[in-house]
Amino acid sequence: MGEEMSSKPYIREISKTNWFYGQPRYMRYMAREVTCIFIFAYTFLLIWALRALANGPEAYQAFLAALNSPLGILFNLAVLVGVVYHSISWFSLTPQAMPLQRGEEFVPGNLIIGAHYGGWAVVSLIVLFLGV
Amino acid sequence: MAKSNKPIVWGLFAAGGTITAFLLPVVVLLTLFAALGMTPDLFTYEYLHAFAANWLGKLVIFGVIFLSLWHAAHRLRITMHDFGLRQDLWIATTVYVLAALGTIMTFFYLLRI
Repeated sequence: MGEEMSSKPYIREISKTNWFYGQPRYMRYMAREVTCIFIFAYTFLLIWALRALANGPEAYQAFLAALNSPLGILFNLAVLVGVVYHSISWFSLTPQAMPLQRGEEFVPGNLIIGAHYGGWAVVSLIVLFLGV
Repeated sequence: MAKSNKPIVWGLFAAGGTITAFLLPVVVLLTLFAALGMTPDLFTYEYLHAFAANWLGKLVIFGVIFLSLWHAAHRLRITMHDFGLRQDLWIATTVYVLAALGTIMTFFYLLRI
């Protein structure tokens, strides 16, 4: 009896579509991956802006008018949440993605993450300073 | 020895992920201002046209858009798999073609500015 049980492979049914549901670790992974949809969509908004820019001042004003709408506000708000989540999850992985060694010791992960947050703040402030 | 295109795919993905992480939140914030009717200087016609009119500005815009598209396309391919869609050939073709189209459009629009 015992022999029979141990030789039986341990197989669980795992859903292909909602395997991550209800598991905080997997939910965080999926949230991180889904941010790419926002980045993809937003990049095409930028391309639309470039097209309008190439077509002249009237076309560009029409683009701004189309952007200035409830849908435009909602879209940009959703994208903002998505890209901020992307930044946080991306920077929090940097110690694993590029561990730094100084002598015998590894540079602490929090220091690497902190440096990225610092850089993020500087870049954001420069763009705000030049662009507003 | 078998050659792999993984390093190039991954390298561009990582470059795109990094540049979007640093740059996009503040740029999206500025387009949100524009959507709210308070267009910031960067998104006025004169400012953006002046920025895109010189080759350095064009290079920056092209680099940011190309890397963002590549990053998003590659991650979207993986995400579709994670959501249970296993037709990788079709999905990969679709997302990479979209990214390539966006890149080509960016290139030609920039040339016309």
